[in-house]
Amino acid sequence: MNGDQPESDQPNRDQANGGEANGGEANEPLLAMRGMVKSFPGVQALRGVDLTLRAGEVLALVGENGAGKSTLIKLLSGAHRPDSGTIAVGGREIVFQSPQDARRAGVAVIYQEFNLVAGLTAHENIFLGQESTRGGFLDHAGERRQAAELFRRLGVVIDLDLPCRRLSTAQQQLVEIAKALAFEARIIVMDEPTAALTAHETARLLDVIRDLRSGGIGIVYISHRLDEILAIADRVMVLRDGANVDERPIERVTRGELIERMVGRELKDEFPARSVKLGPPRLEVTGLGRGGAVRDVSFSVRRGEILALTGLVGAGRTETVRLLFGADPRETGEIRLDGRLLTIRTPRDAVAAGIGLLTEDRKLEGLVLGASVRENFALPNLVRLSRRGFVQRGREREEFARYVDLLKIRIPHQEQRARNLSGGNQQKVVLAKWLARNCEVLIFDEPTRGIDVGAKYEIYLLMNRLVEEGKAILMISSELPEVLGMADRILVMHEGRITGEIADARRATQEQIMQLAVA
Amino acid sequence: MKARLVRFVYDYRMIFMLLLLCALFSAMTYQEQSPTGAAAGRQLAAAISSDFGDAPSVLIVVRDLADDAALAEQLRLDLVAAGGRVLAVVQGEPKDARAALGNIAAGSGKLDVIAGTQTTGAWLVFADLKTDYPTLGEPRVMTPQSYYWPDFLKADNLLNIASQIGVIAILAIGMTMVVITGGIDLSVGSLIALSAVLAAKFIRDAAGGMDASPLGMALACLAAISLCGLIGAFSGAMVTRFDVPPFIVTLAMMLVASGLARRVSKEQSIYEIPESFVWLGRGADWFGLPNGVVLMLVLYGLAHVLMSRMRLGRYLYAVGGNREAARLSGVPVTRVVMFAYIASAVLAGLGGVVMASQLKSGSANYGDTYELYVITAVVVGGAALGGGEGKMFGTLTGALTIAVMQNGMNLTNIHDDTQDIVLGFVLLGAVLIDKIQHR
Repeated sequence: MNGDQPESDQPNRDQANGGEANGGEANEPLLAMRGMVKSFPGVQALRGVDLTLRAGEVLALVGENGAGKSTLIKLLSGAHRPDSGTIAVGGREIVFQSPQDARRAGVAVIYQEFNLVAGLTAHENIFLGQESTRGGFLDHAGERRQAAELFRRLGVVIDLDLPCRRLSTAQQQLVEIAKALAFEARIIVMDEPTAALTAHETARLLDVIRDLRSGGIGIVYISHRLDEILAIADRVMVLRDGANVDERPIERVTRGELIERMVGRELKDEFPARSVKLGPPRLEVTGLGRGGAVRDVSFSVRRGEILALTGLVGAGRTETVRLLFGADPRETGEIRLDGRLLTIRTPRDAVAAGIGLLTEDRKLEGLVLGASVRENFALPNLVRLSRRGFVQRGREREEFARYVDLLKIRIPHQEQRARNLSGGNQQKVVLAKWLARNCEVLIFDEPTRGIDVGAKYEIYLLMNRLVEEGKAILMISSELPEVLGMADRILVMHEGRITGEIADARRATQEQIMQLAVA
Repeated sequence: MKARLVRFVYDYRMIFMLLLLCALFSAMTYQEQSPTGAAAGRQLAAAISSDFGDAPSVLIVVRDLADDAALAEQLRLDLVAAGGRVLAVVQGEPKDARAALGNIAAGSGKLDVIAGTQTTGAWLVFADLKTDYPTLGEPRVMTPQSYYWPDFLKADNLLNIASQIGVIAILAIGMTMVVITGGIDLSVGSLIALSAVLAAKFIRDAAGGMDASPLGMALACLAAISLCGLIGAFSGAMVTRFDVPPFIVTLAMMLVASGLARRVSKEQSIYEIPESFVWLGRGADWFGLPNGVVLMLVLYGLAHVLMSRMRLGRYLYAVGGNREAARLSGVPVTRVVMFAYIASAVLAGLGGVVMASQLKSGSANYGDTYELYVITAVVVGGAALGGGEGKMFGTLTGALTIAVMQNGMNLTNIHDDTQDIVLGFVLLGAVLIDKIQHR
C-alpha cells in the first residue's frame, strides 16, 4: 500500500530542511523536553526522557504499550504535570498548569478517542471555546467560511451541515486537525491516528501530514504501525520502560531494528510458523445477509484453519461476524457447525453452540472493566462453574489460575480490575474466557489492535496452538501484514459482499488484497 | 489477601461512617440514667442479697406505674427465690407507705430494707425512721444504682431505629439490584401504597374482614405482592424490549400505582382488619426484635448470598458493568434485567404489607416519597447509579445511616426541616467522597 512512498517522501524532506536553514532561527528547536520524570502510585512511568522536535519535522515516537509514550504526551498537553524536567517551546521555558496553557503555547494533541462534540457540526467543533461573535451573536457565516478555508488548505471537503457523529472516522480526524490549525498550533501530536482508518484513508492522512510539515509545523507521530512510520517520519525515537533507548534519522533504521529496540530483544519473525494439516469444514455459512450491510455472504472455515476476513473499514466484516454470532438479527442465511444446522438468534445461542467472539473493541464490548479479571474470565463459563445456581468459587479461582499461567497473563492478583490492565493483557483475559468455554470456532475481530509487539507475538502463538488443536479460527484484520503472516486463506469484502478469495495466503501480496478490497 | 482486605475496607467504608455517627450521637446523649422496670428489680434484689445475706425482711415501695410494677414484681420474685421475706409491696403514694410501715411496726416489728425507686426512696416518710418507728430496728432505704449511659444506645432506642428503617431497608434490597443493573426504580413508594391498600382490601372483602384467618390474610398479602410483581414485570419489559429509559418507565408506573391505590381505596383508609394482622409489623417473636426487622435481616442475608455467591448475582453486576460485553458472553441479559425490576416491585409490595401490618390499616398515602429515601440509602451505601457497583450490606449500612441520623437528630432536638437539609447534604457528601476517591 505504500511501496513507493519513501521515494515520494524525499523531496519534501529536503524542502523542509532547506526551509529551516533559511529560516534564520538557527538551532533553536521548536520543542525541547528535558529530563522528564513522572511517577504514579506504584509505577515509575518516565525516568528522565528527552525529546526534541524541530519545525517542519515529523518525529515518530515508538515503544511497547507501557513504555511511557502516553505519559510523555500527557505532560506535553498539560494533562499531567512532571515531577521534574523542563519543557521549552521555541526556546522559551514554559510550565504547563493545564491543557489551556499548552494550547496557548501552540501545542495540539489529537488523541485516539477524538475530542469532538458528536452533536455539533465540524465548524462548531473547530471554534468551540473560541467562537467568533458579531454583536453578541455567533458569526455562523464567518466560522463556516474560515472552516471551509481550513479544509481547503488540508485538501479535503467536509460537509459543514452534518453533525460530527455522521462523519466518518477519517473525516472526524481531519476536523481535529483543522481545529489544531484554527488556533495556530505549531506542534501537533497524533496518537495512533490511523488505528481506525482504512489503507486508503491512511494514505490520504499521510499526505495531509506532509503538507503540514512543509508548512513548518512540527509533528509528533505515535504509531504501532511501523510501515507508516518508515513512510512518513524524518526521525524516530524509541522509548522503553520510561527511558530513551534510541533515536536516529529514518534513513538509518530498518523495520527489524525498530522492533528489536522496542522490545529489547531480537524477534526472529513477527509471525510464528505453524504446520497444521487442514481437516474438513467445521463452520459453514451460506447466504448470510442483512439489509445493505451484509449481502449474501457464504464461506466455510476448516478444521485447523485460520481464515482471514479483510477489506476496508466499513466493508461489512464486523457486521458479518455479528450476524453469525447472533449479536444482530440476520435476515437470511444458514449457519452449520460440523454439518449440523444451528439456530442462532442471540449471542447466547452461539456461545452454547461453541462459537466465541473476541470483539474488536475490548473496552466497549469485550470486558466488564469495573469487574475483576477473574469475574470477566468466568462470565461465559458460569453455567459450568456453578452448581444449583451457586458459583463454585474455588473451582473458578483454580481454573483461572491455570489460564493465567498458560497465557502468561501479567496480573498482580485475580481481583485486579480489568480496567487497570494493558491492552495485551486485556486481550489475553478475553481469550482466556473463550478458551475456558472450549469453543470450537473462535472469531477474532482485530486481535492485536492497540497491542504492543511483544504481546502480539504471544497472541499469534496462541492462535497457532488453537488451530493445532483442531479448532477453526475466523480472523478479521485491517493490518495486511498480519493477514498475510497469519492466515491460511483470505477472503476480501467490499460493500457487504465477498469480492475475492486468495486460496494461498502465504503467496499473496498486499497489492493483491487491495485490488480486491477496492473493486 | 492484602488486596481483598483493601477491597473490603473500600467496599464497606460506610460502616466506619455509621460507627462514627453512632459515637457522635452517643456522646451527645450521654447522661445519668435510672434503671427502671424488671432490670432494675433484678439489680436491686442482687444488691440487697449481697448486703444482707440470707433472709432479709424487705418492704417494697413503688408508685402505681407500669414500670414500677414490673420492678416490684421482679424484685419480689428474686428476693423470695433467694430466701428473703417480703413483708409488703406498696404500690401507691406516701400515705400508703406510711400505713404499711405502721402495719409492720405493729406486727413482727423488724425491718431490714425498704426497697424502692429513686423517687419513692426520697419520700419524706422514710426521712426519719428511727424517730417515727423506733421498733423497726434500723432499716436501710435502698434504690437502684443510677449510672451513666447514652440515651442513644438504650435498647429501646436501638429497636426504635430498627423498626423505623425496616420498610425502607426492605425496599432498598430491590433498588440495589436495579441500580446495579444500571437502572432506577421510582415506582417503589407508590407500590407500598398499592400493596397496603390491596392487602387490606382483600382481607376485608375476600378473607372475611375482622374474622379473617391467618391463612386468609397470608393469601391476601400474597395476592397484593404478586400484583406489584406484575407491575415490576411490566416495567422490566418496557426497559428490555423497547429500550425505554428506566427513569421514564418507573416514573410512569409511580403515577399508575399511586392512582390505582387511590382508586382501590376510594381515597379512604381500610381498617377492617383483625387485630392479629399486626403480628408481622409489631410482634416480636425472636430475641425481642420486631418481626418486620427479623424479616428484613433475613432478606438481607439471602440477598447478600444471591449477589456474592450465585450466578444470577454475577450476571446482575456484569449486565450493569457492561451490558454489551455481558450479552456477547452469552449472559441472558433480558431475563437478568427483568428479574431486577420484578424483585424490586415484589419487595416494595412486601414493604407495603409490613407497613399495613404496623399501622393495622391500608391507605393510599403510605410510602409517599419513600422512593427518595430508598435511593438515598442505596447511594449512601456505595452503589453507583451508573451500574455495576454496589453491595447489599453497603445498602443496609446506608439505610441504617439514614435511620441513625434521623433518630439521633430527634434525640438532640433537631427539627424535621433541618433534618431533611442535613440528609440532603449527606447524600451529596457520600457521592462526593466516591468521586474524589475515583479521581
